Amino acid sequence: MLKQLIAVISMSLQTVPQRLGASSVIVIGIAGVVAVLVSVLAMGAGFKHTLADSGRDDRVIILRGGSDAELNSNLTRTDIDTIGNAPGLAKDAAGKALLSSELVTVVNVPKLDTGTDANVTMRGVGLKVIEVRPEVKIVSGKMFRPAVRELIAGVGAAKLFRGLNVGSVLRLRNADWTVTGIFSSNGDVHESELLADVDTVGSSIERTGYSSAVGLLTSAAAFTAFKDSLTSDPQLKVDVVREREYYAKQSAGLTKTINIVGTTVAVIMAIGAMFGALNTMYSAVAARGLEIATLRAIGFGALPVLFGVMIESLLLALLGGVIGASLAWMFFNGHTVSTLGAAFAQVVFQLIVTDTLIITGIVWACIIGLLGGFFPALRAARLPVAEALRAG
Amino acid sequence: MKYFPLIWATLWRKKTRTLFTLLSVVIAFLLFGMLETVDYAFSHPSAGTTGADKLISTNKYSITLPLPFADLQEIRSVPGVTDATWLTWLGAYYQESKNFVFALPIDTESYFNVHKDEFIVSDEQMKNYRGTRSGALVNVALMKKFGWKVGEKLPVHSTIWTQKNGSLDWTFDIVGTFDVKDSTQANAQAYTVFFHYDLFDEGRSFGKGTVGWIEERIDNPANAAAIAGKIDALFANSPNETKTQPANDFAMTFIKQIGDIGFVLRAILGAVFFTLLFLTGNTMMQSVRERIPELAVLKTLGFTDGKVLALVIAESLLLCLFAAVIGLGLSYATLPIIGQALQGVQLDPVALIPGLGAAVLLALIVGFPPAWRAMRLNIVDALSGLH
Repeated sequence: MLKQLIAVISMSLQTVPQRLGASSVIVIGIAGVVAVLVSVLAMGAGFKHTLADSGRDDRVIILRGGSDAELNSNLTRTDIDTIGNAPGLAKDAAGKALLSSELVTVVNVPKLDTGTDANVTMRGVGLKVIEVRPEVKIVSGKMFRPAVRELIAGVGAAKLFRGLNVGSVLRLRNADWTVTGIFSSNGDVHESELLADVDTVGSSIERTGYSSAVGLLTSAAAFTAFKDSLTSDPQLKVDVVREREYYAKQSAGLTKTINIVGTTVAVIMAIGAMFGALNTMYSAVAARGLEIATLRAIGFGALPVLFGVMIESLLLALLGGVIGASLAWMFFNGHTVSTLGAAFAQVVFQLIVTDTLIITGIVWACIIGLLGGFFPALRAARLPVAEALRAG
Repeated sequence: MKYFPLIWATLWRKKTRTLFTLLSVVIAFLLFGMLETVDYAFSHPSAGTTGADKLISTNKYSITLPLPFADLQEIRSVPGVTDATWLTWLGAYYQESKNFVFALPIDTESYFNVHKDEFIVSDEQMKNYRGTRSGALVNVALMKKFGWKVGEKLPVHSTIWTQKNGSLDWTFDIVGTFDVKDSTQANAQAYTVFFHYDLFDEGRSFGKGTVGWIEERIDNPANAAAIAGKIDALFANSPNETKTQPANDFAMTFIKQIGDIGFVLRAILGAVFFTLLFLTGNTMMQSVRERIPELAVLKTLGFTDGKVLALVIAESLLLCLFAAVIGLGLSYATLPIIGQALQGVQLDPVALIPGLGAAVLLALIVGFPPAWRAMRLNIVDALSGLH
């Protein structure tokens, strides 16, 4: 049985070059499906990755009670002072709490490729920002100074928006701002932002108060005590959220949409590719009718013939899957794009073709190949031997 | 036309093969239709006449930043502006966050003046609405969707606005329903619930005296750009600069920021059609290869080379167009579902028409090589099996 199977498979594979045109239909059809599936899902994976990386378990974000996002939130200076005294916050050498009071607003910066204005987040941050967010590193230029209109731009923003180079001057909200540096932040969402001194941003947009406060805790376990002390304070109406949860929530909707759309399109394409595979394998079986009948006549079983056809289809599909996944990886892995995030501002992210996605693509390819090979294989196995020999 | 039976018969010479090829092409055009209508909707703002005489002023930097209420009086004094009304985004949902509800606080007089003749409300319900402080007018379709009835209470949850008591829940009394006059706007208003701005402004715990955006009605759509420029000039260099644009362009500014949707859709369609070329091309090649003796017989009977070429191309055209019509027809049937999934984007079937052009192009590309081969066929060689 196994010997027969090997013989049948090697025979069918040897004849593939004679049916190159038809066989390429399976390969190319499935490569198309897998390339589209993997590329679209890579978009979802990249977006999720960017936002998931934006949080640490031992970092908290404090918003006005009921505010879903920083843009809707407002905290007063007194609120900030109260929050700074809450237990659980890490302290610097001088004993000051590691808390960054932040003011988030939106500015218009043209996109490099299209030149159209896009909403970019401008985040005013407290002096403690580098200690609160140790992952923020200046990659070129230097840090902004407080009290002057200077800002640093994230590497993601610098890549996609115009005029974000060290030393260049930007006109934002009727004021000239100098870009003093470019920073990286571990690939997270803040790389899409502009950072500047919080009070300078506040005076520039004529706003008092803050959007949020971001604090580093002594440990992830200190969260509950910290939260309880703030939420039980009758003077204060705030929501305390772990930073990781705050950003994970923002990615949930879009990631889900991308995955649904990508899968739907790929399923439709897969059905089309399956018809193509059926076509190819039926014509392969027809072309090799005489050969198959001869095999049956000299004692080969129906099962090896069935498996032979299915395995040919499967191997062609596998080749298509590998080509499709490779194309997606070559063209789109690390490709930088941006979209409108939950805060109505651009979030810059990179497409990531993960191992899981490549495997998913190849599994899809195999399923299409098996489905497309099954019915033709059945026909081959049931071929009436005498008739086929006579017709040949 | 007299050759149609001949072409039809040769097309179905190998039934399974033609059927599978046909189904693949149908699927490709189903996808084409779905993606193309979405792309069209995103690149063409609703062309309905309703929006032409309306402008929208928002904060220049972001719709999420408010404008002072005082801007309204200044805007009203701009020549060409017949009336202006103010609104704010409540960001509400009903029970679960997936049940988005466009609960819109409106100033009744000015809102229905700016949006004159757009909504159908019975006189009695309008009277009840004016008389009920907590009243709400709900889109008929939305009423049906959630099974609400006039007289019921409608609780919605805002993701932005807290009331003075700290609650994010806002409760209205459904006093009536409205319908949309212009059916092309039906989807755009599918989630709308109108309620009183006074209730909202007095109830909210912060932001009093600000508005989300201002909508203007203008006397002459031809002057839209000039009037928008005058409005924005009023607030230039103030802390709250405005950006005024025609209502139809307004939605586009968001869609453009989501990303290059068109590029993604076209890339997918490119992949689909590239694979389709191979698939149908292969079918046509095979079909002609098998029929070489038959084609030679046709030529023997006196069919000219040109006629044989035309026959094969016609066969390819028939296959592709037939499949394209079915595929585009299927995608037409899915439009309402997609529109709903996109929160009420109006999909225009006019975007399906280029699909027929694509089908013709596909047919010519895949039909030409085998047709050329058939045309060049030498009768003697073909009949003797020497091809």
